[in-house]
Amino acid sequence: MARGLSREDKQGLTLIGLPFGYALIMLAAPLAMVVTFSFWTQNYLDIDRTLTLENYRAVFSQPIYQTLLWRSLRISLIVTVVTVVLAFPIAYYLSFHVKKNKALWLFLITVPFWTSYLLRVFLWKVILGYNGVLNTALLKAGIIEEPLTFILYNANAVVLTLAHAWAPFAILPIFVALEKIDRSLLEAAEDLGDGPFRRFWRVTFPLAIPGVVAATLIVLIPTVGDFITPKLVGGTDGLMVANMIQIQFGKANNAPLGAALAVTSMVVVAIISVGIYLVGRKIGGRVAR
Amino acid sequence: MSTTKPIIELRDVRKSFGAFEALKGINAVINEGEFFSLLGPSGCGKTTLLRMIAGFEPPTAGDISIDGKSMDGIAANARPTNMVFQSYAIFPHLSVADNVGYGLKTKKLPKADIKREVDGALAMVDLVGYGDRGAHELSGGQRQRVALARALVMRPKVILLDEPLSALDKKLRDQMQFELRELQKSLGITFILVTHDQEEALIMSDRIAVMFEGEIAQLATPEELYRRPATQRVASFIGVMNFLEAKLESSSDQGVTLDIAALGNVTLPYQAVPQGMNPAQIAKVGIRPEMLTLLFDPTDKAENEVQAEVVSSDYYGDMTYYSVSLPNQKDPVIISMRNTAGRSIAAPGSPVRVGWGVESVVLFE
Amino acid sequence: MKRGTAPNWLTIYAVAYMVFLYAPVVLLPLFAFNDATIIAFPLSGFTTEWFKVLWSTDALHSAVGNSAVVAFVTALVSTFLGACAARASSRYSFPAQKGITGFIMLPLVLPEIIVAVSLIVMLMQLGLSLSLLTVVAGHVLICTPFSIAILSSAFAGLDQSLEEASFDLGESRWGTFRRVTLPLVMPGVISSLLICFTISLDEFIIAFFLTGTDATLPVYIWSQLRFPTKLPSVMALGTILLALSVGLLLLAEWFRRRAVRRQGLDASSSEGLL
Repeated sequence: MARGLSREDKQGLTLIGLPFGYALIMLAAPLAMVVTFSFWTQNYLDIDRTLTLENYRAVFSQPIYQTLLWRSLRISLIVTVVTVVLAFPIAYYLSFHVKKNKALWLFLITVPFWTSYLLRVFLWKVILGYNGVLNTALLKAGIIEEPLTFILYNANAVVLTLAHAWAPFAILPIFVALEKIDRSLLEAAEDLGDGPFRRFWRVTFPLAIPGVVAATLIVLIPTVGDFITPKLVGGTDGLMVANMIQIQFGKANNAPLGAALAVTSMVVVAIISVGIYLVGRKIGGRVAR
Repeated sequence: MSTTKPIIELRDVRKSFGAFEALKGINAVINEGEFFSLLGPSGCGKTTLLRMIAGFEPPTAGDISIDGKSMDGIAANARPTNMVFQSYAIFPHLSVADNVGYGLKTKKLPKADIKREVDGALAMVDLVGYGDRGAHELSGGQRQRVALARALVMRPKVILLDEPLSALDKKLRDQMQFELRELQKSLGITFILVTHDQEEALIMSDRIAVMFEGEIAQLATPEELYRRPATQRVASFIGVMNFLEAKLESSSDQGVTLDIAALGNVTLPYQAVPQGMNPAQIAKVGIRPEMLTLLFDPTDKAENEVQAEVVSSDYYGDMTYYSVSLPNQKDPVIISMRNTAGRSIAAPGSPVRVGWGVESVVLFE
Repeated sequence: MKRGTAPNWLTIYAVAYMVFLYAPVVLLPLFAFNDATIIAFPLSGFTTEWFKVLWSTDALHSAVGNSAVVAFVTALVSTFLGACAARASSRYSFPAQKGITGFIMLPLVLPEIIVAVSLIVMLMQLGLSLSLLTVVAGHVLICTPFSIAILSSAFAGLDQSLEEASFDLGESRWGTFRRVTLPLVMPGVISSLLICFTISLDEFIIAFFLTGTDATLPVYIWSQLRFPTKLPSVMALGTILLALSVGLLLLAEWFRRRAVRRQGLDASSSEGLL
């Protein structure tokens, strides 16, 4: 009989082969092509296949790309922190204070996210606009005398909208981590003399760190690549790198430069993600999953 | 009842998982109508062997034949065996009746026949009227019965039971042991039971194969296994055995004379020496705790006697287990005594006489 | 025991957070039935005019048709691929298991624009033209991880000895799949189909890059957002979509609970859909 691969191995590999093959063809190959593409150049419709670092030189020397990259990172990081910080108390509330109907609460939290993403972002524009819901309400209540203008068409609006859009993706991993905590550990901490506050920081929070790290990564990575929100509510100050990538692939007709921008932002995000993961492991490292 | 017609023959059956040898050449013949147990600690290969008989794992080498036919290349669904799983594997989406009738439906039996057979099987396991219940409405013991009925209804040549009682509590387990044995006797179907519980194996089986590390250490009836264990390991796996240093003193027409350090010289008939054992190789003798007697009364007599001292005692209600230090013996031996009215427990340090008989001595290499 | 204060503050926070979550969604039906062409307060009256407009917009109808086809095919293919992967990783162990599964799950954390851009680069290089098929290709990529996540718990909850028992009772491999495996994972399969359908129906970025001349629904909505006069009818459309999505989700949840109840497990457990 042939050794090396057992019958088990073969059956498993055959089954996984289909989805894996699909991912190879539709993801690995395209990603490899994007990387290759970023070393080529384009003049109108002609692609020049000489390998060159010109695109990367542009990405790293022209101020516009630098600004966009930094802004994207800054906005994404702020969005992530805001989203996770806002989400933690909700996850905590669900896990520790909701006794019945947990599933109902979770369902209610996810429902708004099954409306069209486009429409949700657009509706924030309606809420935050000059004649928007918020300004009208505040004017009527006499809290302000003139409509607020700092809430739309800038980075603030982008942060708010994205924090809303990614809320359930932050709540769920933290909730799952909190649910896994053995309640007798908390009783043990109390029994050993910790008050509720110390108990939270010494037991609950460290054990929730894997969930917090997961939430952070799940929010951070996709927000860097978002281009709808900046375009709809970001104004010119709120545009992000994804908008530039879209422009390069579209109107500007410079796909290689777009590819170089995409690769650069991917690498930067990957480095930051690995960093967050490692820090999380260091803080909560002894927490077995 | 058990006959001598072989139903399962295992010839040099081997199984490897990568570099690990789970079974190292199993040879055994299991007879028709026999209640046969595979007994051993976890990881000894007993479950692997059972699953190979069922057809879930192919042997790496060797041959398994059932009812005279080699099972090589025959899948589990075509073998005349049915299994009661450790987890019972009751289909959660089906009712009790549909669970029991599952295999009959595969055979495309008419509905009325299936119903009749299922009702019969449920009656056999004392579950009349449970047919419409869902799987989750059953207790552990009832699930076990459903699993058994589901196998019985197929009228297999052999029923395989993979630790079927390990999930039940002690009382229920005792009851099910009795019921299983009675059912097997009345049906005359061959049962093969995998268990790590030596007491369970002794109570239920016609014959037991004791397995260690992928090999059969001894295959015998429960009584023979207990009285004449082949190795020290078998002896201590099944019950408790005291081991005493011994060596061959001389051989004569009467038998072999051994020098047992703690008990002195003793002559045993040749029948006491197991087949294939060279008397010169004898290194230890074994005596069960109940085969040694504390002679409390000065008038108590025994075949042989030795002077000893009580080290400690453990009181079990019906029995008391004494640790007793014998002369020239480092570790104390265990002696079990049935408690009788008016006899107090011997205090540690008190001198006692220990009585023993030649018949009870088991020889080991 | 300290009760009262801490939970109360948390409850207030939780309610405020829910208001924040629902604020934009609530506006949808408000403006959909509002008798005014501008999307602003105060509301001026009730009308179903905007729904009637939808009824007579041909471009919308073809977009709905396109989206339905794309979402349907995506749901089928993703669930099939997801079932293969979930089955493989819960039932078998094979070399490089973690790496392979991790790679298939990668689109879950990859920014969608990266997926879209890399697919379009490959299509350009291969000289293939964009069509609904290319949208399906992209959607399957991002839906499969969701399907795996849903089906993994379904397959992991499947005791291997159940299939062995069926096999032992004389059933064939196919029969075992049909009579034991499939009924037991069916709720997961339905959940997966519904959720993949919903994700695909709503997906914009990939569709925006990969769609050819046939627009999907989100791409159509995007094109309408530029025209202020079209906004009320977009609100009406959004309201219908919201009702549809919630309906599908409730259906998925109902299927899951029914199956769980049938198996006698705790129906209120929060796994499954999420």
